[in-house]
Amino acid sequence: MEKTHPLPDERGHFGLYGGVFVPETLIPAVEELRKAYEAARKNPAFRQELDTMLTDYAGRPTPLTFCKRLTTTLGGPKIYLKREDLCHTGAHKINNTIGQILLARRMGKTRIIAETGAGQHGVATATVCARFGLHCIVYMGEEDVERQHLNVLRMRLLGADVRPVSSGSRTLKDATNEAIRDWVTNVRDTFYIIGSVVGPHPYPMMVRDFHRVIGDETRRQLREMEGRSAPDAVVACVGGGSNAIGLFYAFLKDPNVQLYGVEAAGEGLNGRHAATLTQGSPGILHGAMSYLLQDEDGQVQLAHSISAGLDYPGVGPEHAWLRDTGRVHYASATDAEAIEGVKLLSKTEGIIPALETAHAIGWLPEGIRGMAHNEVVVVNCSGRGDKDMGTIAKHL
Amino acid sequence: MQRLQEKLAACIQRGDKAMGLFMTSGFPDPESTLPVLREMDRGGADFIELGMPFSDPLAEGLPIQRSSERALQAGVRMKDTFRTAAAFCAESNTPLLLMGYANPIHQYGIAAFCRDARNAGIEGFILADVPLEEHLPFAGEAAASGLGLVHLIAPNTPDERIREIDRATTAFVYAVSITGLTGSGLGAIEHVETYLKRARSMVRTHPLLAGFGIRTHEDAVRLSRHTDGFIVGSALIEKVETLWNHESKPPKTHYEEIRRFVRALKNGDKGAEEENP
Repeated sequence: MEKTHPLPDERGHFGLYGGVFVPETLIPAVEELRKAYEAARKNPAFRQELDTMLTDYAGRPTPLTFCKRLTTTLGGPKIYLKREDLCHTGAHKINNTIGQILLARRMGKTRIIAETGAGQHGVATATVCARFGLHCIVYMGEEDVERQHLNVLRMRLLGADVRPVSSGSRTLKDATNEAIRDWVTNVRDTFYIIGSVVGPHPYPMMVRDFHRVIGDETRRQLREMEGRSAPDAVVACVGGGSNAIGLFYAFLKDPNVQLYGVEAAGEGLNGRHAATLTQGSPGILHGAMSYLLQDEDGQVQLAHSISAGLDYPGVGPEHAWLRDTGRVHYASATDAEAIEGVKLLSKTEGIIPALETAHAIGWLPEGIRGMAHNEVVVVNCSGRGDKDMGTIAKHL
Repeated sequence: MQRLQEKLAACIQRGDKAMGLFMTSGFPDPESTLPVLREMDRGGADFIELGMPFSDPLAEGLPIQRSSERALQAGVRMKDTFRTAAAFCAESNTPLLLMGYANPIHQYGIAAFCRDARNAGIEGFILADVPLEEHLPFAGEAAASGLGLVHLIAPNTPDERIREIDRATTAFVYAVSITGLTGSGLGAIEHVETYLKRARSMVRTHPLLAGFGIRTHEDAVRLSRHTDGFIVGSALIEKVETLWNHESKPPKTHYEEIRRFVRALKNGDKGAEEENP
């Protein structure tokens, strides 16, 4: 597969970022994974197996939808949505869990663990484990277990063992700590399916590769619909950054495509938020160097967002690198702007986006200002909003 | 780092097993850490590891996690850890190491951290999430300040890598006894012994010490059969935690109990009355 830039290097670094900051016990595991993935990505049989499952099971390719009424309402460029919300389980997350479960099977791992925040990655992991009859354990912060109860029920129905995490912030950060602790303890037979472009090398690269299908499809679809494969701007929400990198990757080498990542500004950038790239500083968490929300003593701070999927104080190391090089512009949208985004897309296009996705939508009115009518913007509709109805209902 | 090297060499020469003890800075509360360290010292510690609390200690089991959380809630910061360390080093010759995670040091500035550690009289440091792949920036600054950087090995570390770690480490090689967290059970002891025997045959340059899961003198004896010594953390943390949760008893008794506990770790029941020279 063609790479659009040569990073990460062999040691998993994107410039200053990335790497393998893990306890010694995990070194043989990440090394085994790195080798297995290197072999699999070059293996046509693996590629075939992955493509078949993405098509027959996940429902790919997902459509690219032209948003006529949204375009008219905002009065600017033509807006397209990449419809990852139509993937099986309701979000892009399944692209990655399919890739990783196929790899786990090749490696002969029988026990699967995952962390989850909003529960979308947990559901996507439980789903592929059920599909292959593998034992699945999902770590989820106690607070998220409460606010995303529907996804907990889905995971349990799919046969997963959902383990509430009561330490620290009781959200995604601590669920990830607990998953890593499980991995350290059960390193020999366990495969850890990480849910975003975070963690030690090779995860940020591997998860990106499994999601790049989003951008690759978009180029083909845009060529058919607009007669050109590169839009003028591409927009995606950023928590850990997996849906964003999946869409951006295909356009990194086109200097004329403006790339925008929208983080969660929570209650506002002066209050509680999750805008890691906009407000954070470089640091080391969960196996990699990247941007981090931290205090001056290097203690990781609590993130806040109305969306449990963006509520994470770290971000993928490739985003950190893309921020520093200036290739991607990182902006943010508040909780209130996200709610406006949900309403806007629901009313103009009949599509109820996930609260994560709604940050990208909520940013649009401001973000596309000054763009011409004949310009084209693609927004990643990374997930659907059914799971968030409880939260959304409080703001209607 | 020289004091630590000399101390370990002296233990080996005497035919004694070195005992390292871990305590979290700021635990059980910021004022009590220093007096607790004193008792660990008097009880017979050959060196002490002072834990730097971190919000996300992903190699720790529950006891050290709880101690770290408690210290942070009490407002303990890196400068407090340095202050405690400096006070301890001013009154004792027992070598002191810092142990923790990469991020607080990265945020402090690696060079500034090493300088301040050196000024406090600290011998070196151990970082649970910095393997060989990432150690160079830390090792470089440590060496420039005359500090040691101790590397860890685990039961699943391949032979060639153990040799490489023996070459890269300073002071000693820290053998994590199990694939697991601090404070975990040792599991099948034969497996631990087989691994330590293998490690012993690979680690030729530096002393080898075993840690993780050692709770009693018997564990210590068994695991140091193939090593130059042992390290105890979680069991001691739990002891302190239990003592400080019994508010009715006066702290004086707590300190005596810590000393007794430490002596028993080193010498078994019969040696529990011996005083550290």
